[in-house]
Amino acid sequence: MGFFEKLTGGLKKTRDSMAKAVDSMFKSFTKIDKELFEELEEILIMSDVGAVTAADICEQLKDRVKEKGITDPALVTAELQGLIADMLRGGEALKLTTKPSVILIIGVNGVGKTTTIGKLSANLRASGKTVVLGAADTFRAAAIDQLGVWAERANVPMIRHSEGSDPAAVVFDTLSAAKSRGVDVVICDTAGRLHNKKNLMDELNKITRVIAREAPGCDLEVLLVLDATTGQNALNQAREFKDAAGITGIVLTKLDGTARGGVVIGIKNELQVPIKYVGVGEAIDDLQPFDADAFAKALFGKGEE
Amino acid sequence: MAFEGLSDKLSAAFKRLRAKGKLSESDIKEAMREVRLALLEADVSYKVAKDFVAQVSEKAIGAQVLESLTPAQQVIKIVNEELTALMGVSEVRLKSPKRPPAVVMMCGLQGAGKTTHSAKLANMLKKQGHRPLLVACDIYRPAAIEQLKVVGAKANTPVFEMGTASPVQIAKKALAHARDYGNDYVILDTAGRLHIDEQLMGELKDIKSTVEPSDILLVVDSMTGQDAVNVAKSFDDALGIDGVILTKLDGDTRGGAALSVRAVTGKPIKFVGMGEKLDDLEPFYPDRMASRILGMGDVLTLIEKA
Ligand SMILES: Nc1nc2c(ncn2[C@@H]2O[C@H](COP(=O)(O)OP(=O)(O)OP(=O)(O)O)[C@@H](O)[C@H]2O)c(=O)[nH]1
Ligand SMILES: Nc1nc2c(ncn2[C@@H]2O[C@H](COP(=O)(O)OP(=O)(O)OP(=O)(O)O)[C@@H](O)[C@H]2O)c(=O)[nH]1
Ligand SMILES: [Mg+2]
Ligand SMILES: [Mg+2]
Repeated sequence: MGFFEKLTGGLKKTRDSMAKAVDSMFKSFTKIDKELFEELEEILIMSDVGAVTAADICEQLKDRVKEKGITDPALVTAELQGLIADMLRGGEALKLTTKPSVILIIGVNGVGKTTTIGKLSANLRASGKTVVLGAADTFRAAAIDQLGVWAERANVPMIRHSEGSDPAAVVFDTLSAAKSRGVDVVICDTAGRLHNKKNLMDELNKITRVIAREAPGCDLEVLLVLDATTGQNALNQAREFKDAAGITGIVLTKLDGTARGGVVIGIKNELQVPIKYVGVGEAIDDLQPFDADAFAKALFGKGEE
Repeated sequence: MAFEGLSDKLSAAFKRLRAKGKLSESDIKEAMREVRLALLEADVSYKVAKDFVAQVSEKAIGAQVLESLTPAQQVIKIVNEELTALMGVSEVRLKSPKRPPAVVMMCGLQGAGKTTHSAKLANMLKKQGHRPLLVACDIYRPAAIEQLKVVGAKANTPVFEMGTASPVQIAKKALAHARDYGNDYVILDTAGRLHIDEQLMGELKDIKSTVEPSDILLVVDSMTGQDAVNVAKSFDDALGIDGVILTKLDGDTRGGAALSVRAVTGKPIKFVGMGEKLDDLEPFYPDRMASRILGMGDVLTLIEKA
């Protein structure tokens, strides 16, 4: 683990120096004018909020500033962060009250699904829950071995079939195993798939039907994993995965880089899907519960670890 | 998709204009607002979009509106031409050094598609009659070596690995191995890393200085947003990349990252990834990419006919 601690330490420094730059820029504003709002809009767009949503947010901000009679430019940023945090707050916790409860992890290719499962398993284990993993990515090369390594690291069992087998059958077997062993939480990995591929989205739909049939009345969390580096396409991803599998939450990964993941604001706004966790690295303890205030601050570089 | 095409928006903006005459400064200003928005919606970097619009505005002001085109089409034509020019040329070849083997080093952020595209390149080279060797330099990701072995087998290409030895040593030994066994291309699959991770960026620099790759290819996910400029610039500054592979273009992303990456590095986009299978590798077509970013393939074919 020492290696990764060093790593995150180094990264934080870089982020902090960027934060200072943004901070001093705001100090240079002496009055609230058009330029200040333009500057804010620019930062939002550069954080992947999207031009349309960024403009919307700035309009709302103007109203708030007027309403509250704010005259100090330094307070405008704080107001904006509050506004964004308000938009993102709520629904962070997973609902896993039944035994078993099921978590299905979905998303496009390479976003961090399998890694997130490893981290989440360790999290749940630490909170005293028993977990079983289903290796339902039977498509990608060595995906099962990869999940196997994470199962070992988190010290949880994994149900696997051979590469190329039917993913729905893996899910079926994992649910049966969970029921017979009295396990608290089932987590199923799935193959990465682009949301515009109908046959792959149908396959996902089939998996959700198997879960509904085999675990009726059980709590189900369908978590869409989004890569924070992704731009506006994440909106399409959220829409399509919601349609196909009814997502209950989002995990936003790779926030340890310089990408800010601002596109989730538009997603939360449009689809009302809460953000549950953020991924901040490749190690097993690099998963954190989503914190709307910290996220809003980090959009402007003032990230708090 | 909810996105209303740029051409519709421009047509609306120009409704009052006659089809003939010259484009005035205010006409262009109005049009360029829409162009800028379209670029931002396509994830072109904020600064790159701004520069591009400024540059194109200058060219467009005073441009003669061709008789056969409406002002909206005229602007689109200019924008599209400029964008296509910025995308560079189609340049699909890997470099071939005087003394083989050619060493291709794949690098990029986590999950971009390096391992998959290492195998795709091997597959392509095989079909061209070469004897590639895949090298497992990712010692960090769980089952990364196994993954490379599976895709290597599919591409009928041997995979050189030394477990979790140092990537620099692995690369060095792989090169010697290639010389012994007559492999003319050595493809290094490296671990995904953040551009701000000094330690791991240092590792790539060490590999570079040790084996002197003929092609350092940055693998970029075409869904990348505003961060594409930071990523591309950092990798290029650290390593001096030779080209780019743009992956996952089989999705519905508009792919503005392509423009951002080109703008900050000036390096050619050599290939695009169009799927998870080994054959899903295509040359890069600047004109297609330009119209994809602008979100208006059909309009262009119309204009071409005009
Ligand atoms: N820096 C960073 N890297 C991450 C994070 N989460 C995952 N990764 C890395 O991203 C890459 C892809 O992760 P995976 O977990 O394999 O992603 P996936 O969505 O399961 O990929 P597919 O199954 O191929 O679709 C790996 O190199 C991970 O180590 C994160 O929060 N931060
Ligand atoms: N649809 C699609 N998927 C792709 C493409 N290229 C790669 N993928 C998928 O993207 C995911 C990640 O690909 P990898 O080749 O493992 O990416 P990587 O850069 O080696 O990842 P790390 O080693 O973890 O950094 C896998 O699920 C691939 O199948 C592509 O062009 N289209
Ligand atoms: Mg996976
Ligand atoms: Mg890889």
